[in-house]
Amino acid sequence: MVANVKDKAVIVGIGNTEFSKNSGVSELSLAVQAIKVALDDAGLKPSDIDGMATFTMDTNDEIEVARALGVGELSFFGRSHYGGGAATGTLHQATMAVATGMAETVVCFRALNGRSGHRFSGGVAGAITTADAIHWGWYTPFGLMTPASWVGMFTQRWMHITGVTKDALYEVAKTTRDYGANNPAAFFYGQTFDRTEYDAQRSICDPLQLFDCCQESDGGSAVIVTTPERARDLAQPGVAIRGVAQCAAKDQEQMTSFYREEFAGIPEMEFAATDVYAMSGMQAGDIDAAVIYDAFSPIVLWQLEAWGFCGFGESGDFVLDGALRPDGRLPCNTHGGQLSEAYIHGVNGIVEATKLVRGTSVNQPAKQIDHALVTSGVGIPTGGAILGKL
Amino acid sequence: MTPEEHQLFEQKIYAYVGREVFSSQPAPDRINEAMIRHWAEAMGDKNPAYQDAEWAEQSMRGRLIGPPAMMYCWNQEGITAATKRSSDALTDMCDLFDQHGYSGVLGTNVKQEYFKEAGMGDQVFVDMIIDTISEQKATARGIGYFFESLATFSDQHGEKIGTQRFRVLKFIPAEGANSTVSSDEEALETPTRIASPRGHDNGWWWEAADEGRMLIQRCTACQTLRHPPRPMCGECQSMDWDSIESTMQGEVLSFTEIHHPKVPGYPSPLICAVIKMDEGTNFVSNLRGCEARDASIGMRVSGVMEQVDDKTMLPQFYPATQEA
Ligand SMILES: [Zn+2]
Repeated sequence: MVANVKDKAVIVGIGNTEFSKNSGVSELSLAVQAIKVALDDAGLKPSDIDGMATFTMDTNDEIEVARALGVGELSFFGRSHYGGGAATGTLHQATMAVATGMAETVVCFRALNGRSGHRFSGGVAGAITTADAIHWGWYTPFGLMTPASWVGMFTQRWMHITGVTKDALYEVAKTTRDYGANNPAAFFYGQTFDRTEYDAQRSICDPLQLFDCCQESDGGSAVIVTTPERARDLAQPGVAIRGVAQCAAKDQEQMTSFYREEFAGIPEMEFAATDVYAMSGMQAGDIDAAVIYDAFSPIVLWQLEAWGFCGFGESGDFVLDGALRPDGRLPCNTHGGQLSEAYIHGVNGIVEATKLVRGTSVNQPAKQIDHALVTSGVGIPTGGAILGKL
Repeated sequence: MTPEEHQLFEQKIYAYVGREVFSSQPAPDRINEAMIRHWAEAMGDKNPAYQDAEWAEQSMRGRLIGPPAMMYCWNQEGITAATKRSSDALTDMCDLFDQHGYSGVLGTNVKQEYFKEAGMGDQVFVDMIIDTISEQKATARGIGYFFESLATFSDQHGEKIGTQRFRVLKFIPAEGANSTVSSDEEALETPTRIASPRGHDNGWWWEAADEGRMLIQRCTACQTLRHPPRPMCGECQSMDWDSIESTMQGEVLSFTEIHHPKVPGYPSPLICAVIKMDEGTNFVSNLRGCEARDASIGMRVSGVMEQVDDKTMLPQFYPATQEA
């Protein structure tokens, strides 16, 4: 069955806070700042919001956000689980709410003190009190407990099977950094690197070195979604959601699906791609640019394969042809990605994908961008969306 | 603090890097038997080189020496420090931290280096500077800064006895936490690996591991093996199960050598691997007995149950020995 949501929900406002390593403010403050920017962008008031969508990991209660911001009644609030896998999950929630009339205007947000507060690189060894602890307990005694270590494990096998080398990982990291170096909002603004510097970085978890890993950031991002009718009266050109999916696949674990017959692949993302293409009536060939979740450089490669931009094992050649660069087949992570702009769990990526369709990215490609892909995190239940002009 | 106030605060703090705390400050007492005896008693150090004059005379040194690790003691301020502390760069800096909420203090490391033995009757002089201050870090105790003082100890001839680096965390105490070092046990306990919590579905597996057996859960209805353990068989939905003991033979499906972060209680670097057991289930463990550069996907491995620290019994895998 194909979901009947195409073009029934429209992005009309986007906002980011300043990104930093130490915000000096609460996560609630970051959330309401980002939402206020998005409301101003759309030409809406807080009282226009009647729905909210965020991550289960977000610490900001919807009612607290509503009170702080001056939102009135809420008729919808839905959360998506699994860390960065929830990035476009927020769009998924908002789209369903708006398309069905459960809410008219939904704000998707994510705000975190990812560097000065809880750090993901610290791993899952902290004081965990949830049932997740049992799951992580299969890894913590052996020391396999950080996102980099799980992704390192997948990457080693995927490189072994496909023969893709570090040249491709470098190309992803380097292209992304070059975009970030030209984005004043990016942490690495003005700071690029070359192959010698890339190779000289310390190893985190083989084969991942420092520049293959995203930063940890403080900041917030927000996206306002409403109906096409309402969107036409607002301040910005609307960016319609052509399709949006959320997917878990067989034998799925949270970051550690090591028990599949073959774990050099991301079937949950292939599932998401199939779903989004069916909803939108589109194919990989119709997509002009992308924001592909980049907590680590190799996961961009796997997603290029999952979304059908190239075949399995061909993503190395695809990117080494310059596909991700400004004049390439698929300009990608033009804000600098999470590797070089900020790690806001992919919601800054939705902001960037919206800008690409509006034509306002700081690194806007010369070619016409009618459709942009944006994806969620990898290794977990995940999702993606195709955005296009209203 | 607003970001601007915080920036100003950091400017003031970082201005202390390189500042002198003490310059050729003489110890109030020369190296003497009474203080050595107190120190050696407290430390349980029975080395005759410090206290047995007769033995020491026969030794190659020909005289009693002060314990090298004790070098910092001679210049310690006495009880008066608690009430009427002299003003120096270190005290001023700590006051500045305190005033901005970084009131917690935790000594984290001491690193000594020895150059010359000092003996009975020698006098110790100390020079100290504030050597480094880290960027702001989020720690388990709270947000704070690590600073390191570098003390250089010399004798009355101006010859260097040794140096001591003392690393301290000044932090904003997390709510409810103690602002000073908590219990001695916590400070002294050797860290061990982080154990899995044990619940209905996995406790039996870990208990068998404690006893030195690696088990694999088996559906008694359709005989399918499954790992990690879970309450229902995904193949036939039966909730009846037993287990078999693994032969602990298998092959490496993937591996990664972990370099960062270094976690207390774990070796570093450390190789983690996904292993396909000969029984057919996959298992995540450590690969031991070889360097990462000698590990490869597809290599045969053989496991043993091993006590990896005071509290932890785990399956550990080694390259399989060549068999005929
Ligand atoms: Zn069964």
